[in-house]
Amino acid sequence: MTGAGTVLVRLPAVLANLFPDAERRLEIQAETVAELIDGLDARWPGMRDRICDSSPAIRRHINVFVDGGRARLSTPLRAGADVFIFTAMSGG
Amino acid sequence: MAKRVMLLVATNKGLFILDSRDRAEWRIRGPFCETWPINHAIADPKDGTIYAGGGNPWFGPAVWKSTDLGDTWSHSSAGLAYEAGEEPMSTVWSLAAVDGALFAGVQPAGLFESVDAGSNWAHMRGLSEHPTRPDWQPGGAGLILHSLLIDPEDGKRMWVGISAVGVFHTEDGGETWEPRNRGIRNDYLPEGQQYPEIGQCVHSIALASGRPGRLYQQNHCGMYRTDDDGRSWISIEAGLPSSFGFPSAVHPRDPDTLFLIPLNGDTKGRYVPDASAAVWRTQDAGKTWTALRNGLPQENVFFGVLRQAMATDRLEPFGLYFGTNSGELYASADEGENWSCIAAHLPTVSSVETLMVED
Repeated sequence: MTGAGTVLVRLPAVLANLFPDAERRLEIQAETVAELIDGLDARWPGMRDRICDSSPAIRRHINVFVDGGRARLSTPLRAGADVFIFTAMSGG
Repeated sequence: MAKRVMLLVATNKGLFILDSRDRAEWRIRGPFCETWPINHAIADPKDGTIYAGGGNPWFGPAVWKSTDLGDTWSHSSAGLAYEAGEEPMSTVWSLAAVDGALFAGVQPAGLFESVDAGSNWAHMRGLSEHPTRPDWQPGGAGLILHSLLIDPEDGKRMWVGISAVGVFHTEDGGETWEPRNRGIRNDYLPEGQQYPEIGQCVHSIALASGRPGRLYQQNHCGMYRTDDDGRSWISIEAGLPSSFGFPSAVHPRDPDTLFLIPLNGDTKGRYVPDASAAVWRTQDAGKTWTALRNGLPQENVFFGVLRQAMATDRLEPFGLYFGTNSGELYASADEGENWSCIAAHLPTVSSVETLMVED
C-alpha cells in the first residue's frame, strides 16, 4: 500500500550486504531520485556514497530505473513509482 | 605469551589474512571486504586495528576496518571525496597510521586524514593545492598517491610518492609540501631535461630504520638512496640486473640493508629477469648487491611483484614476504636466505603488510 509521495524501492543484494540490517525492498517518501537516495542514506549512513559519486551523479556502473526508465538524480518520482537500483553488468 | 605473525595480503579480489606461530605453517583466511579490490591493508601498531583501503568499480572508494583481527568488518568513506565538480575519487591506494591519526593516499592523487579511526575523513588540501598540481601527469596505473611514509620520531614529517609525479615532503603535518626529486632521472625526457623538479615516476619509497634522513626509492628509472630526507638522491642501481622494479623493503633494524625485486624492464613484459625469481639484497646501502634465490622458482617464471607487495616482520631473525601478480605468496623466516611458497592461487597481490599479535 503506497501513500502520496511514497515510492517502492528495491536494492541489489550486493549493495544491501554492505550495510547491516539494510532491507532489499522498502517504501520511502521522495519526490526525486536525489531525495530518495538522501532517504536511503538517512536510514543506512554511507549508502549515498555507494550509489553516487561526488560530481554529484549516480555512479557510472550503477543504474537507477524509475517505472522502467533509466533515471538521473534529478528525475522526478510520482507517488507509487517503482524504483529499482541495479549494479551494471561489468567486472573482471 | 606466544607471538603470532599475521600477513595482511591485499588483492584485486578482497583481503586475505595469513597467520602462523612458527612462520612455517600458515593458515589462510578470507577473502574479506566483500571481495572488493583492495590496494593496501595495514594494522595500527598501537591497537592492532586492521584497515584496508581500496575501491570497487560499482561502489567507489572506501576504507574497511576490523577491530577483531579480521573476524568482522565495516567500511566508511564519509568525507573521503573531493569537492563537487572535481574528478571523483576512484580508489584508495595507501594507508598509514601514527599517533592516533590515519592517513589515506588516493586516486586521483591526494591525501586524506581521519582522527576517529577511519569513521570520518578530511581532505588535506595542502598537497592538492601545491603550485605544481596542474602539471601532474598520471602514470600507467593512473594519478595515484601510492607511497605514504611518516617519520616515527615526528609525525608531522611525511613523504608521499605519486606516479608519475615524484616524491613530496612536508615538515608541518601536511600544510605545506615541497618536491624531493633532485637526482632522480626521467629517461622519458629529452637529453638535458632528464632531472626536472617533478615528473619522476616513483614506484615505491622506504624509510630506513635507525638512521634519520635515509630513504630508499625504487623508481621507474632506477634505484636510489637519500641520506638527507630526500633533498638529494644518488643512484644505487649498479650491480642490479635492471633499473626497473616496483617494491622496496628495508631491514627492520639495519639502515644499510634493503631488499628489491628488479623486473626485466618496462617494455619487456615486467617479469623477473631471465624468467628466474630473485630478491636482491644490499647490506652496504646500495654499493653492492646479492641475489637471494634459495627456494624461489628459477625456470619459466613470468610473474612480477607490485609496488606494495613486499614486507618484513620484526622478529629476530626477521621474516621477509612478497606476493606476486600471479597470486603466489613467498616467505622467508631467515631474512631472505631461504624461501618457500606459502600460498598459491590467490588473486593478484597488491600489497603485503605484517602484524605481530601476542596471545
